[in-house]
Amino acid sequence: MNVVWFWALAAMLTAYAALDGYDLGVGSLHLWIAHGDTERRIALNAIGPLWNGNEVWLIASGGMLVVSFPRVYASGFSGFYLALIVALWLLILRGVSIEFRSQMDNPLWKALWDVSFWLGSWLLALLLGVALGNVVRGLPVGADGYFQGSFALLLNPYSLLVGILSVLVLAWHGANYLRLKAEDALFERTLHTSARLWLLVVILTALTTVATYSVRSDAAHKFISHPVALIFPAITLAGLVGGFFCRRANDRGAFRSSTLVIVGLMGSAAASIFPDLLTSTLSPAYSLSVYNASSSPHALRAAFIANAIGMVGVIAYSTYIHRKFRGKVRLGRHGY
Amino acid sequence: MGEAVFAHRVQFAFTVMFHYLFPILTMGLSFFIALLSTLHFATGDKRYLAAARFWAKIFAINFAIGVVTGIPLEFEFGTNWSRFSSFGGGVFGQTLPMEGVYAFFLESGFLGLFMFGEERVPRVVHWLSSLGVAAGSLLSGYFIVAVDAWMQHPVGYELDPGGGVRLRSFWAVLLNPYAGWQYAHTINGALLAVAFVIGGIGAFYALSHRHRDFAELSLKMAVIAGLILSLTQAFPTGDLNSRNVVRYQPTKLATMEGLFHTEKGAPLAIIGMPDTENQRLIDPIYVPRFLSFLAYGHFSASVEGLSIYPRELWPPVELTYYAYHIMVGLGTIFIAIMLAGVFLLWRKRLFENRWYLWILMLALPFPYIANEAGWVVAEVGRQPWLVYGLLKTANGTSANVAAGETVFTTLGFAGIYAMLAMLFLFLVGRVIHQGPEEIENPSVVDSGR
Repeated sequence: MNVVWFWALAAMLTAYAALDGYDLGVGSLHLWIAHGDTERRIALNAIGPLWNGNEVWLIASGGMLVVSFPRVYASGFSGFYLALIVALWLLILRGVSIEFRSQMDNPLWKALWDVSFWLGSWLLALLLGVALGNVVRGLPVGADGYFQGSFALLLNPYSLLVGILSVLVLAWHGANYLRLKAEDALFERTLHTSARLWLLVVILTALTTVATYSVRSDAAHKFISHPVALIFPAITLAGLVGGFFCRRANDRGAFRSSTLVIVGLMGSAAASIFPDLLTSTLSPAYSLSVYNASSSPHALRAAFIANAIGMVGVIAYSTYIHRKFRGKVRLGRHGY
Repeated sequence: MGEAVFAHRVQFAFTVMFHYLFPILTMGLSFFIALLSTLHFATGDKRYLAAARFWAKIFAINFAIGVVTGIPLEFEFGTNWSRFSSFGGGVFGQTLPMEGVYAFFLESGFLGLFMFGEERVPRVVHWLSSLGVAAGSLLSGYFIVAVDAWMQHPVGYELDPGGGVRLRSFWAVLLNPYAGWQYAHTINGALLAVAFVIGGIGAFYALSHRHRDFAELSLKMAVIAGLILSLTQAFPTGDLNSRNVVRYQPTKLATMEGLFHTEKGAPLAIIGMPDTENQRLIDPIYVPRFLSFLAYGHFSASVEGLSIYPRELWPPVELTYYAYHIMVGLGTIFIAIMLAGVFLLWRKRLFENRWYLWILMLALPFPYIANEAGWVVAEVGRQPWLVYGLLKTANGTSANVAAGETVFTTLGFAGIYAMLAMLFLFLVGRVIHQGPEEIENPSVVDSGR
C-alpha cells in the first residue's frame, strides 16, 4: 500500500503538471506571442474555464500527502516555509489576474493584469521546478525528520537548472495547447514559438539528465536494477521525437508529445527518488521514505479507497468539461 | 505561550478569517443561484435567469478570491503546523483530500460550465451545472468542518506507540457526532448571510428606484428565506451544536457563558463583562436558571464553572465570551429584522417602506461578523488545545520556522489581502452599479440584442 500511495501521489502531481502546466505555459508566453487585446483574450479564454479545475489537482495532491505521508508533508512544507509562502502569493496573484482582467474595459487595467499573470505564471513554473529539483537532489533532513530550507540552500545550480527546464517544458506545452485554440496570426506565431521551444527543451532535458546523474549517482543504479522504470525515460524520448515530427503540422500530436514529455520527466524524477520521498543529504538513515514516513496501514487503505472512488468521478467530468470546451476559441459575450 | 506559537496562531487566524469571508458567500449563494436556475428551468421565465446571471457574476469574483485564499490554509497545516500534521495527519487528514476530490472538482468544474458554457451545452445541462456548483460548494464545507470537528472532539483514533495517533475507524472520523450539527450551523449561517446580501442589494435597488422587478424578487426571496434561516440558526442548529459543546467541551461552555463557578440552576448572562482576575462578571444581566435549561433541558441542572479546572486549561476568557455574545446578540437582531420584513411583505408594504429598506441594506455586513464571531468561539474556545484533550496548540507548530519569518509572511499576507479586499469591493461595486440585465418582456425568448 505504501508503494501504491507513492505512485498515486506521483500520478496526481503529474496530472497537475500536465493540466495546470498548459495554463502556466500559456501565461508565461502570452505577453510575447499574443499581440493586442483580441489575441490576449483568445489566450485567456483558451484556459479560462479550465484553470480553476486544473489547480484543484494541486490542492487534492496536498490533501493526499497529508493523509498518506504526514511526516513528509510536515517536514517538506515547514522546511520550505518561505519559498512555499512566496509560491502561495504567486498563486494568488496569478489566479486573480485571470479573473480580474476582464472585469473592466480599460487598456491600463488590462495591461496591469497581463503583466502580473505573466509574472505569476513563469515564476510559479520556476519555483515548482526548483522545489522538484531539491527533492530529487536531497535535503539536509536531520534525525528528527526536519530541515531548515534557506534560500541559499534551495537555489543551488542543479535545482535552478530543473527550474529552467520546468519553465521551458511548460511554455512549450502551453504553446502546443494554444496551437489547438488559436487561429490566424496568433496561430502562426504560436507555431513558430513552439518549434523553437522544442529545441530548447531537448537541450535542457539532456543537460538535466547529465546533471541528475552527477548530483545523485544512485539514480542510475535504480534504473539498472529496475529496468521497468526505464519506461519513463522512454516516454520522455518518445515525446521529444513526437515533438520534432509535429513542429510544423499536427497540433494535436504536438500537444500529446509535450504531455508525454511531462509524464516522462515526472515519472523519471519519481523513479530516481523511490523509495524515498525526501532523501537526507546528511545520512541515509534520516531519509523519509515510503516505509518510515507513512501513516498507519489502515489509514492508507481507507484513504486510498475513499479517494479512488472520488477520482473516478473526477476523471469522468474533467474529461466531459474538457471536451465541451474543445476546439478553437470563439470570443463570445460570456467570457474573459 | 512562546512568541513563535503566537505568531503562528495570528497567521492562521488572519488567513483563515479573511478566507472565510468568501466561502460564506459562495456556499450560500450557490444554493440561491441553483434555486433561481431551477425556477427558470421550470417556468421559462427570463427574469429568474437574469437574476441567476447577476448573482453568478458576484459569485465568480467571490469564488476566485475564495480559491486563491483557501490554498494557503491547506499549505499552512504543513508550513506552520507541521508537528500537528505529523501527529495526526493519517486521521484528521482523511477528509482533507476528499474535499478536493469529491467537492471542489465538482464546484470549479461546473462553475466553468455554468458561466461560460451557456451556448455550448443543452439547457438541461446548464441547469444541472448550477446544481453541480451548489452540491460541490455545500459538500466542500462538510469535509472541512469534519477536520475541525476532529480537532474539537477527536474520534476514530488510537494512540500510536511511536508517538501521535493512528486511524482506527474511517467512518467514525467522517461521521463524527460533533461534525453534523456544527456543519448544519455553519451552512445555515452562510445561507442566512446570503439572504441578507440578497435583501441588502435588493433594498439598494428599491431605494434607488432601479431594476424594479429584480429588487422585488430579491426582497421577497430574502425576507422569506431570511426568517426561516434566522430561526433555524438558533434552533435546532445552534442549540444542538452547543449541546455538543456541553457534552464534550465543558471549559469552552463555561468560557462562552462567563460561568466561573459551578452552579445548580445556573443563570444565563445576557450582558456583563468578564473579570477573569476575580472570577466574576461585572454588571451582569441574568436570566435566572436559564443556562441550566439550555444546557441540560431542566432548570435545576448543575453546570460546571471554569474554577474547577486548572488555570492553564482555560481558554482566553474575554475573547471567547465577547465573540459568543456578539454572535448570539446579532442572531437575535436578525430574527427581528426578518420578522419585520415578512410582516411588511404580508401587509404589501415591503417595497415602499424606506425605513425598513435602509435597515435591511445597512444590515448587510453584520451576518458576516456573526459568522466570523461564531468561528472565534469555536476555535479560541478550544484553546489551549489544538486537538481537544490530546495535543496542545503550543506543541503543534513548526519548530523549524522562526517567529520572525512568520511575522514577515503575515505582513505580506496582510498587504496582499488588503489589495484583494479593495479589488473585491471595487469589482463587486461595479457589478452592482451595472445591475442585472433588464428583461423587457419576459415572454419573449430572445432578449433582443
